[in-house]
Amino acid sequence: MSNPDYLLSMQGICKSFGAIQANYNVDLNLSEGDILGLLGENGAGKTTLMNILFGTYQADEGKIMVQGSQITIHSTADALGFGIGMVHQHFHLVHQHTVLENLLVGEPGRMGRLDFSGARRRLLEIGEQFGLTLNPDARVSELTIGEQQRLEIIKAIFGDSKILILDEPTAVLTPYESTGLFEALRALAEGGLGIIFISHKLHEVRNVTNRVLVMRAGSVSALVEDTKEVTESDLARLMCGHELNPPKKNTSKLGDTFLSLSAIKTGDSTHQKLKGINLSVQGGEILGIAGVSGNGQKELADVIAGVLSHTEGTFEVKGEIISKASPRLMQKLKIGRIPEDRMTTGLVTSLPLYVSMVLPWIRRSIFSRFGILRKNEILSFTSKMIKRFTIQATDPEVKTGTLSGGNLQKVLLARELAFEPEVLLASQPTRGLDVAAAEFVHRQFLSLREKGAAIILISEDLEELFALSDRIVVMYEGRIAGETKINDASVEEIGLLMAGATLGA
Amino acid sequence: MAFRLELREKTPVWFNIVLPLSAVMATLLLCSGLVALAGANVFHAYSELFLSAVSSRFNLVETFVKATPLIFTGLAVAVAFRAKFWNIGAEGQLLAGAMAAAYIGGIESLPSFSLVPLMIIASALAGAGWAMLPAILRTRFKVDDVVTTLLLNFIMYYVMTALLDGPWKDPLSGYPDSPDIRMDAEFPILLHATRLHLGVLLSLLAAPMVWWFLRRTTLGFSISVVGENPSASAYAGIPITRILIYTALISGSLAGLAGAGEVGGLHFQVMSGISPGYGYTGIVIAMLARLNPIGVVPAALFFAVVVTGAESMSRATGVPVFLADVIQGTALVTMLIAQLFTTYRIRTLTTQG
Repeated sequence: MSNPDYLLSMQGICKSFGAIQANYNVDLNLSEGDILGLLGENGAGKTTLMNILFGTYQADEGKIMVQGSQITIHSTADALGFGIGMVHQHFHLVHQHTVLENLLVGEPGRMGRLDFSGARRRLLEIGEQFGLTLNPDARVSELTIGEQQRLEIIKAIFGDSKILILDEPTAVLTPYESTGLFEALRALAEGGLGIIFISHKLHEVRNVTNRVLVMRAGSVSALVEDTKEVTESDLARLMCGHELNPPKKNTSKLGDTFLSLSAIKTGDSTHQKLKGINLSVQGGEILGIAGVSGNGQKELADVIAGVLSHTEGTFEVKGEIISKASPRLMQKLKIGRIPEDRMTTGLVTSLPLYVSMVLPWIRRSIFSRFGILRKNEILSFTSKMIKRFTIQATDPEVKTGTLSGGNLQKVLLARELAFEPEVLLASQPTRGLDVAAAEFVHRQFLSLREKGAAIILISEDLEELFALSDRIVVMYEGRIAGETKINDASVEEIGLLMAGATLGA
Repeated sequence: MAFRLELREKTPVWFNIVLPLSAVMATLLLCSGLVALAGANVFHAYSELFLSAVSSRFNLVETFVKATPLIFTGLAVAVAFRAKFWNIGAEGQLLAGAMAAAYIGGIESLPSFSLVPLMIIASALAGAGWAMLPAILRTRFKVDDVVTTLLLNFIMYYVMTALLDGPWKDPLSGYPDSPDIRMDAEFPILLHATRLHLGVLLSLLAAPMVWWFLRRTTLGFSISVVGENPSASAYAGIPITRILIYTALISGSLAGLAGAGEVGGLHFQVMSGISPGYGYTGIVIAMLARLNPIGVVPAALFFAVVVTGAESMSRATGVPVFLADVIQGTALVTMLIAQLFTTYRIRTLTTQG
């Protein structure tokens, strides 16, 4: 079993948290040049296993061998010392600092002085060897998400790591950026690294890995020695234990125009994020907004949510011109919002769940009267929502932040759908969610659409956009680069528009 | 064997009692070395320290009287810190309240019955006004509130001493003190032959009221939500600027009331030493109480006991009274450490393999 040829070998790993067995008897072997897919739904134990490898947790049982010798990992510093680098889903970068400075964080330096020239050389070397190039003097805040991830990867292998773990690396990337990432990963593997690629996106796992370890409920449910021999539906069955069941889109009747923007601009001429947006959405339709992040989607969402006011153009809701938008006004007009970043702009993670659940509704007469909270109503409403949306939470008083990503998204959904919005604005609603949770979200959207509401779906996941939208518009540099009915749309065309091509050119 | 911190799902209710108590025990343990160095028997010294404060009716009342300004400033800080409005300025707001109360209490033309209520209202308004300044600076101009609230303390202190040394100097005594307030402006005494004045009762009533306010009103809800996640609050339509200003007003008025209690109930005038740093001690008390308004009362009482008891301890055992200050400081540190356990649990890890 303990083959010294393996770069990494984890054997019989067990880990439990209280009554929950997060990992049970997990074996994982990784050779040089391997790209091993680690596949599993949320809660299948992938993250726990990787946290054990990266020293965040300690295994209850089992052993870890690196290049044939057994090691004990107490901390992330230990892991790095053994040549194990990890790229987390959430980046750990200092935004105010440059690429080079970020690479030097945690480096001991020479006699207390940071070795800038050495780091610059190493960065160049990595660029030449693996095609991972970055401007060493660019500030992180100026980098795109894809570039920030590249920086994280460079950071992970900067100290000559042999093992690279990536936790759902494509969750934040565009299709184009993902392709770039896959090329980089292949180059790294050819360079002799062993890579563990954690994901629940089946086509990606199929695309980039050469072996797949599938986990379910804490144990290994299958080990695929050659990815080419299995299909996506094979992987899905191994992962979920059943066939996938994507929601079906029924036809729905188009209603009145709920919301329309014409020539909307924000900011002054030097910092214009929206440069004249024309957009309208009718009841009973899902309008998909595609685009690489940072092309004005966030600002568009903020304008519609009333957080950001437009400087030019006309913004109409149900025929009424909005001159001074505010989040409260938009609530009154029955516009719900699922923000892009659920942890920071959606929920209050440090307070009890019921607080997050009623946050926008606290002034409604069912939850407060004369400025006094009606605690019983708040609690029973929260319990009702927990049941209706099958949120995994023991009671309304648990801290919001202890829920998993999929459940947090359900909390947001429950909250925004509770009072039957006429327009629902959803930004990246399934980012980071597993298949089952994403399907749940999609089903909710479709049923809302059938009830006659308008849904604006901002997403970088083209598959999601194509599955749900009735129309797709593409945003590029603060403008609508193109619009198509879903039946006429092709992924290629949308992809081109996203990259800045003009239609019909 | 190694240790690691893991996030808790919920903080058990009994933690609110056990943690501060263990922090206090740890403090006493840590300070016992100093007591021993001073050549005293630790048990004897500590029993003097704690028992003297409750040994007689008079001492017991004095403990409550001493705790009163601390309860008010502790509440002021607790409310402000909930919203992450870093009000280090309870001291200045207290002084503003004290001056307002003394000014009203000295106006000859006011009818007798109106004096006490007007003093209370004026002190709250003065404290609120002085707290609003940094709140506006923060919300409108993004000026750091830690700096402004702290520096405004000194401004208020020197404004006060300038007044006391000049136009407001008591012509009868010639000391840099304000003239005494009218007799009928003195707070009623609730227990004969003691100094148990109206302010003590008000402070004890204020704590549950503030608690109820934070937990059960939409404004209290908004204060905690804005403190914990301002951007989620903004998206949910909660007006952050307004909430921060309200927070400052409430916090400042509580601190102002501390000043009214000291003037109306104890000193009947303003003098430069009217607050030996009650505003700053309020910060420690609020932290000790984990920003829980109910917890502020025992925390303030603990400090009052230590301060009152320190003198009898000193007399009986020769341990310097400064031990009281050491205990207060150490209590803050131990409490901050104990705080950790409310959000995290410690896991012991066995080495693998």
